[in-house]
Amino acid sequence: MQHVSPIREPLVTGGKTYHDITEDVCRQVEAKPNARWAAALAVSLVGLAIFMYSVYRTLWFGIGEWGLNKTVGWAWDITNFVWWVGIGHAGTLISAILLLFRQKWRTSINRAAEAMTIFAVICAAMFPVLHMGRPWLAYWVLPLPNTFGSLWVNFNSPLLWDVFAISTYFSVSLVFWYIGLIPDFATIRDRATGPIARRAYSILSFGWTGSAKAWSRYETVSLILAGLATPLVLSVHTIVSMDFATSVIPGWHTTIFPPYFVAGAIFSGFAMVLTLMIITRKTFKLEHYITLEHVESMNKVIILTGSIVGVAYTTEFFIAWYSGVEYEQYAFINRAFGPYWWAYWSMMTCNVITPQLFWFRKIRRSLTATFIISIFVNIGMWFERFVIIVTSLHRDYLPSSWAMFSPTSIDIGVYVGTIGLFFTLFFLFAKFFPVVNMAEVKAILKSSSGVTHHPHKTMHGTDKDLNTNTHHSNE
Amino acid sequence: MQDRIKYWKGIEELNNTPEFAKNAHNEFPEFLPLDEAKGEGSSSNGKTQRRDFLKLLGFSMAAVSLASCEAPVRKAIPYLNKPVDVEPGVANWYASTYYLNGDYNSILVKTREGRPIKIEPNPSSSVTPYGTSSRAQASVLGVYDNNRLRFPLIKGKEAKWEDIDKQIASRLSAVNGKVAFVSSTIISPSTKQLIEEFGSRFGNFEHVTYDVNSSSALLAANGGVVPGYDFSKANIIVSIGADFLGTWGAPIPFAKQYIQNRKIDADNPTMSRHYQFETILSMTGANADIRVPIKPSEEAAVVTAMYNAIAGGSAASTNVGDAKALAAAIKDLQANKGKALVVSGSNDPGVQAMVTAINSALGAEGTTIDSASPYFTKQGNDAQMIRLINEMNAGSVGAVFFYNTNPVYDHPLADKVVSGLQKVGLKVSFADRVDETASLAEFVTPDHHYLESWNDFEPKRGFLSIAQPVISPIFTTRQMQDSLLKWSGNNTNFYEYIRNNWRKVATGDFNKFWEKAVHDGVLENGSSMLKVSAPTTAATTTVRTVKPTGVEAVLYEKVSIGSGAEANNPWLQELPDPVSKATWGNYIAMPIKMAEEMGVTQGDVIAISLANGKTIELPALIQPGQANGTVGIAMGYGREIESAPVAKGLGANAFPVAAVVDNGISYSSSVQLKKTDATSPIAQTQTHHTIMDRLVVQENTLANYKSNPKEVTEYIRIATHEGPAKPAAISLWDDYEYKNHHWGMVIDLNSCIGCGACTVSCNVENNIPVVGKAEVLNRREMHWMRIDRYYSAVEHEAKDYATMENPAENPSVIFQPMLCQHCNHAPCETVCPVAATMHSSEGINQMAYNRCVGTRYCANNCPYKVRRFNWFAYANNDKFNFNEPMNNDLGKMVLNPDVTVRARGVMEKCSFCVQRVQLGKLEAKRENRRPKDGEIVTACAQSCPTEAIIFGDMKDSESRISKILARQNGERAFHVLEELNVQPNVTYLTKIRNLA
Repeated sequence: MQHVSPIREPLVTGGKTYHDITEDVCRQVEAKPNARWAAALAVSLVGLAIFMYSVYRTLWFGIGEWGLNKTVGWAWDITNFVWWVGIGHAGTLISAILLLFRQKWRTSINRAAEAMTIFAVICAAMFPVLHMGRPWLAYWVLPLPNTFGSLWVNFNSPLLWDVFAISTYFSVSLVFWYIGLIPDFATIRDRATGPIARRAYSILSFGWTGSAKAWSRYETVSLILAGLATPLVLSVHTIVSMDFATSVIPGWHTTIFPPYFVAGAIFSGFAMVLTLMIITRKTFKLEHYITLEHVESMNKVIILTGSIVGVAYTTEFFIAWYSGVEYEQYAFINRAFGPYWWAYWSMMTCNVITPQLFWFRKIRRSLTATFIISIFVNIGMWFERFVIIVTSLHRDYLPSSWAMFSPTSIDIGVYVGTIGLFFTLFFLFAKFFPVVNMAEVKAILKSSSGVTHHPHKTMHGTDKDLNTNTHHSNE
Repeated sequence: MQDRIKYWKGIEELNNTPEFAKNAHNEFPEFLPLDEAKGEGSSSNGKTQRRDFLKLLGFSMAAVSLASCEAPVRKAIPYLNKPVDVEPGVANWYASTYYLNGDYNSILVKTREGRPIKIEPNPSSSVTPYGTSSRAQASVLGVYDNNRLRFPLIKGKEAKWEDIDKQIASRLSAVNGKVAFVSSTIISPSTKQLIEEFGSRFGNFEHVTYDVNSSSALLAANGGVVPGYDFSKANIIVSIGADFLGTWGAPIPFAKQYIQNRKIDADNPTMSRHYQFETILSMTGANADIRVPIKPSEEAAVVTAMYNAIAGGSAASTNVGDAKALAAAIKDLQANKGKALVVSGSNDPGVQAMVTAINSALGAEGTTIDSASPYFTKQGNDAQMIRLINEMNAGSVGAVFFYNTNPVYDHPLADKVVSGLQKVGLKVSFADRVDETASLAEFVTPDHHYLESWNDFEPKRGFLSIAQPVISPIFTTRQMQDSLLKWSGNNTNFYEYIRNNWRKVATGDFNKFWEKAVHDGVLENGSSMLKVSAPTTAATTTVRTVKPTGVEAVLYEKVSIGSGAEANNPWLQELPDPVSKATWGNYIAMPIKMAEEMGVTQGDVIAISLANGKTIELPALIQPGQANGTVGIAMGYGREIESAPVAKGLGANAFPVAAVVDNGISYSSSVQLKKTDATSPIAQTQTHHTIMDRLVVQENTLANYKSNPKEVTEYIRIATHEGPAKPAAISLWDDYEYKNHHWGMVIDLNSCIGCGACTVSCNVENNIPVVGKAEVLNRREMHWMRIDRYYSAVEHEAKDYATMENPAENPSVIFQPMLCQHCNHAPCETVCPVAATMHSSEGINQMAYNRCVGTRYCANNCPYKVRRFNWFAYANNDKFNFNEPMNNDLGKMVLNPDVTVRARGVMEKCSFCVQRVQLGKLEAKRENRRPKDGEIVTACAQSCPTEAIIFGDMKDSESRISKILARQNGERAFHVLEELNVQPNVTYLTKIRNLA
């Protein structure tokens, strides 16, 4: 099955026992909310309030509250949408693909990453609805039987593909995440002292007994869902990219978009996971579970995907020149040297140059540097979508219609607001749900702990650990 | 087997009576033993049964909750007695005439259920047989203007007409001093005669005619009339500062003539050559083949040089900037005697006298000038008005009447008008609202709107037309003429008066004659009724001596807003200037060089100090083509009156720029410019002005066209393994099959003069919202039909994108009407998730507004950017009060009932006037025939004064469009962005320039 080199860095440090894991993870769920958490939640709630207000303005007065115009029909709305969907990708990648590839290091971060996916997709899904002129008719994009006559959705439209892609992605991610939570909910339920907590967690844990049969099914379902989710990692952003790739607008009409968008999504997703994990491990004292090893692994993914994205940027330029198409060439020259040059070069700096610093082991293993670079990547990936959407639209075919886009306070409010929404959900999650998957961390404890408390470090000692559940209990 | 134990449900089952056995198999037995046992609940005892109770409960709950969400009640009251002519749902057309400030259009007024909703050209007229001006198109809203006076005023208070009549009659009988009737040009023979009659009873009466954009000097040099120019007969047209296509003389008839000589095909590859010497880049200058920017002070020098060379004059000449172009113009004129025409916009009688002499030396009389039929569209006499102002100030005027004129606002001596008015005993204004002049008048006796009035017109000698009311007066207004009749003690009404007057020109039975005249709206049998007074002194060829100091400022009239009389019309305010593409306000048009020297960027506010001590502050607009050392400012803005809320606060009043020189008005003066720190944005609908070396518009020279017509248009070919191919030939997709009709449009770039009548016409026809200055600045104007205007760029290397963004200092200009191209392979249609936009079986790209959810994907994916989104609710929204057609009950009467008013959040765009297409097909179907070519026309094609837009069925091989396409295919016909293979149904024809 898998061989773990003895010289690998341990994934769980600090000589933790099974009980320690339970204690460490359940602590924040069971303890009174600490002040730092409350403060962070308060800030997030302010963001949420901004979101509510901006959405109210948008819904009550119309999309005119945003800075869009006759030439630039999408700007921050779809930028934010693609950005949030992209961020979500890391969660699915970590939990599904890394599960299939049996990457043990994923176990301590997958829970938070999946939660991030769910919340990011929730934030992302706000935009396709909000950006509609008549959001109260949003359900018309679903192929529902109706009494409007023989009206049916247009299966040619990439926006319709988006509807299917995003809704599938959201439901699979949600189920996957929830199933992973069930054993841990059961643990909390068993430890709960208060009647409300006991009752709540007992409902949430769906009557989990921890029997061998239940564990076996749990493992099977996890694998099936991982299998289902894996193609979604690739398909969702591929389809999102087709919103642009299938159009006729220079700068959008590009066959490179699907792989480029997927790489970009993983890139931004890992950056967001890092941003969140570095904060969480500090706040909740999970340094022994989310180790430098984890950070370094993720940083490696960031170098890889960042470089893919960099190559994609260059390829686009080359193809624009090589195509000989006047409009295409102008679109790219205009990106780099037109009125939105600052957006383009912000993107290049943040996405292509800064991640290359991770070639240095020292930077790769520095939490501060990682945190800063992860923020850079988040910013850079936002600019990437802004550059693609706005700079392509604002100067397309007929120079008579060229226009500039500038955001209104409501544009900014909706965006900042979704960040507030995201963090509100994330902090609530961090308080009431176990942020580290206890069951799975315990599964790797024997093989990947820094302490050699397992006596027989033999061939089967490492072999079976991942699949065996027999030595777990829900203490 | 032992018997099963039997359980019974009740004593009845055990007894098993026949009755029970009968009911046992009914699922819902009517016979319920329980009820019987209790002896209640039967239907006969009057008590409510449980089921009934539930029914009642359910119904009352539903009724109560429904009542709580009551919809507002809007009453539609049917005709009690249906008027004979009104068929609900069926439009009627009445012939009428629009005339204001020189802009003459013979029109048909489309009415629905008794209300006028659209202005259309009157094909019976030979003066304006097709197309109208943009102002005529917009004028229909004027009748529904909420700010018109609803009753007459005495000293600003509401009054009764009887009181007014009594008071004015007594005041008039005791009038002391001169009685003056001040009006703008009146081309109504009956009105003029009536005014004469009205004045005849006073000892000292004068009818003063004063035009805002005056042609006083032109009239002085031509016997009081605008000469009967015929641009269609001229091979060489030289205009010195005359915007004859837009605002000078009789623009719509001139535009028609002008373009007749510029419609070309390979069989007849000739067209006129048009030289334009001018200061501002006017719409006419934008159409010129050779355009030379000159300062206003150089106009005389240019004309003098021509006069000396052509008419053999010996006037003192000075040097002119572009001597080469001038020499070429003179040479062309001399070579085309009898086929040449010179016009000048100068208001200097000396210059105009020389122009007259040049034209007669060129043999224009009888060829390019029809002496028998001069135009009467301008009659203003500057000297007369100035004299009146002086008389008023001297206190020798006893009564003054203002009709269609507003000198307190628009006269260069406005201050003296105000001071003079204080010394006039009786001041009466016929203004339709309390304008600047009316606010100083004691009596305001509001005139009807022209659509509520009878009137007659003679724009050109021998060409009469009639206006008839198409709606009964909305307010308690009274036509000026009826008021005059009343005050003269004449009991006939003006309708009778006109009829009597027309008996002079009648032939045969008068009633039949009159009916036909009213029906046709025109009478063109050569009889003339209008009398104009010839100037007392004919102009001589001595030009004014002007010594300009510093920057020369020119006051000009915009094609859209005109003199400002219709400034309260939101359609005109939002109509972009043909050249600058600016809306909602005026600005200082500044040449590129001056802006660079002064360090001015667009939108910087400049303070202009005038010689008379006044200062005007306006933002600067960098205007390529503006003569260096000059600035241009449009008149008609800077309104502060409450009765024009749409125009209020827009721009500044630029009339003080005009100056009185030698008893005439000079529309230019020397000024000082000073840059201020303030900025004020200018709402332009187009902010990028060059074509960026793209093939979206095409043009070529006449020389090339003559040598090889197949070479003038560049066709895009896509490389295939079999060699270059038409993009449409290598399509991935199947083509639509059009079985019955295939609607299409041809737009001749050579004919489009850029006036924007199509834009307004489209607005009116299709209920397009007006969005206001702030939203135009947000780049959200809603025009379905726009006119793209491109300047040629400065010299640049290929691919030097930064440089090619800069327009040349004196650019050549090209106009391109742009609307939905109704692509056969439309990019918008495939991307809509809900299929709200789709292709019709007749080639029209349709929008189902009801279905649209507003993702705007279609607009993003439209290469032509013609789709417009309803960012807000523009109807019934206080934020858009200026959008009168949708925000007050009166304004709403102008809406076209055949077209939906779009809701917020919905995409819209050109529909090829699908409502007209459907109507035309239905009419034809009713008569069991196919629609005839020309029967179905879109609003834009219909209102184009130069027939630049041809709409028709491309399936019908006999249609005009099919013939043009067959003729021009491979020569001038091209599709915009053909390489995208979207296969538009709109075809453009390459512009041809007759360069020297």
